[in-house]
Amino acid sequence: MQASTGNRLEAVASRLKKGDLWVWLGGACVSLIVILFLTLVGVVVYNGFRTFWAADVAQLSFKDGTHLLGTITRIDEEAGKHQLYIGNRDLYGLDFRWVEDGSLSETRYPKDIVVLERVEKGNFIGFLEGLDLGSGPLELEGPQLWSRFKRERDQMAQDLDEPEALLDQIKVINRRVEKLDLRILRARAAQSDRLPGLEAQKNALRESFQGYSNKLDKARAKLRLRVALLKDGGGKPMRVALVDIVRAYRPNQMGAFAKTGLYLGKIRELLLDAPRESNTEGGLFPAIVGTVLMVFLMSLFCVPLGVVTAVYLREYAGEGLLVNLVRIAVNNLAGVPSIVYGMFGLGFFVYGIGGSIDNLFFSESLPQPTFGTGGMLWASLTMALLTVPVVIVSTEEGLNSVPQGVRHGSLALGATKFQTLCRVVLPMASPGMLTGLILAIARAAGEVAPLMLVGVVKLVPSLPIDGQFPFIQLERKFMHLGFHIYDVGFQSPNVEAAKPMVYVTTLLLLLIVLGMSFLAMYLRNRMKKRFTLGAF
Amino acid sequence: MTSQPFSPETRTVLDVDNLDLYYSANQALKAITLRVPKNKVTAFIGPSGCGKSTLLRCFNRMNDLVDGVTIKGSIRLDGDEINTDTCDVITLRRRVGMVFQKSNPFPMSIYENTIYGLRIAGIKNKEVLDETCERSLRGAALWDDVKDRLGESALGLSGGQMQRLCIARATAVNPEVILMDEPCSALDPIATAKVEKLIHELKEQYTVVIVTHNMQQASRVADYTAFLFMGELVEYDETKILFTNPSVAKTEDYITGRFG
Repeated sequence: MQASTGNRLEAVASRLKKGDLWVWLGGACVSLIVILFLTLVGVVVYNGFRTFWAADVAQLSFKDGTHLLGTITRIDEEAGKHQLYIGNRDLYGLDFRWVEDGSLSETRYPKDIVVLERVEKGNFIGFLEGLDLGSGPLELEGPQLWSRFKRERDQMAQDLDEPEALLDQIKVINRRVEKLDLRILRARAAQSDRLPGLEAQKNALRESFQGYSNKLDKARAKLRLRVALLKDGGGKPMRVALVDIVRAYRPNQMGAFAKTGLYLGKIRELLLDAPRESNTEGGLFPAIVGTVLMVFLMSLFCVPLGVVTAVYLREYAGEGLLVNLVRIAVNNLAGVPSIVYGMFGLGFFVYGIGGSIDNLFFSESLPQPTFGTGGMLWASLTMALLTVPVVIVSTEEGLNSVPQGVRHGSLALGATKFQTLCRVVLPMASPGMLTGLILAIARAAGEVAPLMLVGVVKLVPSLPIDGQFPFIQLERKFMHLGFHIYDVGFQSPNVEAAKPMVYVTTLLLLLIVLGMSFLAMYLRNRMKKRFTLGAF
Repeated sequence: MTSQPFSPETRTVLDVDNLDLYYSANQALKAITLRVPKNKVTAFIGPSGCGKSTLLRCFNRMNDLVDGVTIKGSIRLDGDEINTDTCDVITLRRRVGMVFQKSNPFPMSIYENTIYGLRIAGIKNKEVLDETCERSLRGAALWDDVKDRLGESALGLSGGQMQRLCIARATAVNPEVILMDEPCSALDPIATAKVEKLIHELKEQYTVVIVTHNMQQASRVADYTAFLFMGELVEYDETKILFTNPSVAKTEDYITGRFG
């Protein structure tokens, strides 16, 4: 016994010396990290992708004779309960309800249950009883009713073009009034004699606004006359205007193909539409635009700044105490908490520089701030400051990796140091620069805390990018996917209903960041292949 | 010991007078005086650390890139003083080209590599660039190998081809002198033979100064050879004479392999 234990100890000791066990340890750590990553991504992907799949709606009949319609969302087997999503928030107050298995008498899946997604008040689940297009309920039933319903909805989509056009006109007039107001304020301050003319213009615009507004109201009122008549699971009648219906479908009748179509439609809505219902429904388009635009502007600021600094530190500054101190300072910038950057951005950019700009150029519109409040420009600058140390360090690494041979070769041909930098060294250091950019993008897209102070809001009336010169409106506030996740997950009034949206937004943010990273990595690999000196 | 083992009428391109070079406190070159004749190949030989590469780099002021270097004395290129603040280093480096021990083609196409020197001088005329490219590549005996793939990356060439590309690149700017710092030490014998043949052809148009630790190469290639030892010029003579009948004992010791 003793001998074999001794032998085994010896065997272990010799393997430790050989280094086998360290290889196993390394492998175990890598596996752990991969598993963690896959779990995180997997949970988000699973829940995110599952959100939009139209589940079948059950009709539950209870022993006491009542009925309930809903999709089964959770099953608690121990306690014998089921959680249902029942929609109809305006009728029942809550979206979800638990039911005891014991009180159930029957569960059926009738084919003609209808799910309506509405502009407000969430989903409605019930049965379609009839249509009223302004002159009383139509005499239709069953499949004919449904096909007429669909035709009316398609017609409605076309009829909405007129009010949309009117709305656009109104927006244009609003913008012109805004600009005119500014000019009037200036004229008033300067006591110019153009004042009466400007005021007359404003009155004309106001009349025109009234005219369009009236037309819009009339058009909308006319459209509201078209109503769908429905009944919910418990028999209560319900009137829903066709205008308020975003989507209508009968999930129990739809096969996989139809459901896939619906799924893709919802994804399209997610990517291209604006949010509804305090961000718990609808699309993420403004948040996507805000995030991407901010990352783009941030890169525009931080890459030149970072690269130029790194080039100076590496190529032009000598060695010495001062240079080392500068390098230490730069590296420590990376360790400053991001909320501190937010506060710095608020104090320096927003109030300091923004306030000065307002005083100099927009003093007429004060106390309403233009640049003296958070906005796209200040947010991008703050994030650029946040990520510049990363870019500097990566670029320096890239520059260090360029062999002396090519530098000397270029100089020996009569190139100046600057020409050598531009033509030879910087292209060869570009993989390093791209690494810095990737890291900067990943960090900037994800940091939310500083953005809350310098320009991100819950909901914006207009995008920071539009068709008016100068096309990118730098003083506007914007929406951001990271902030959206926080807002929807923790600040929304209806947390259960918001959960799917949180997953979906997280998934989208992950995909965008990973997408940009992969693009940059692909570019970096191509540069590496081009610029690495293959030694034979 | 002569600093000029040829007749006084011979045109000299580089005139070195009493050159001292210090790396911080350490003196690497001691009172070097020699003349490099035009359109000939001059070789610097000697054991490692004797200062031959350092001396070579003085001729195009590449020692400026090293920290802590102090240079005293005079070097004249065709009468123009190099070791002075008024000397334009950029122009100097166009007149005195250099080929390095380890070939260093830029990560660009073969065409761009060859005409790099012209581009940085500001020449944009495509015809001029094309002509120069062809001329240089022909002169480096590389044209037939690469004429169909001028747009491809220079990094795809073999070692010997890369070195010949570097030579082509150096000749493209039409220098007066070409400095070669052990150009064949990283090449196989066949590539070495090609480069040595090239050096023979180059001397018709240019003056070549070559540093080599390979004495046989010096005897094959060079017209005149200088033997340096510990920073001093020990002997400088026609190659034939230096290798068969050296005047200084130390030279003979080195040549016969008494020390290496």
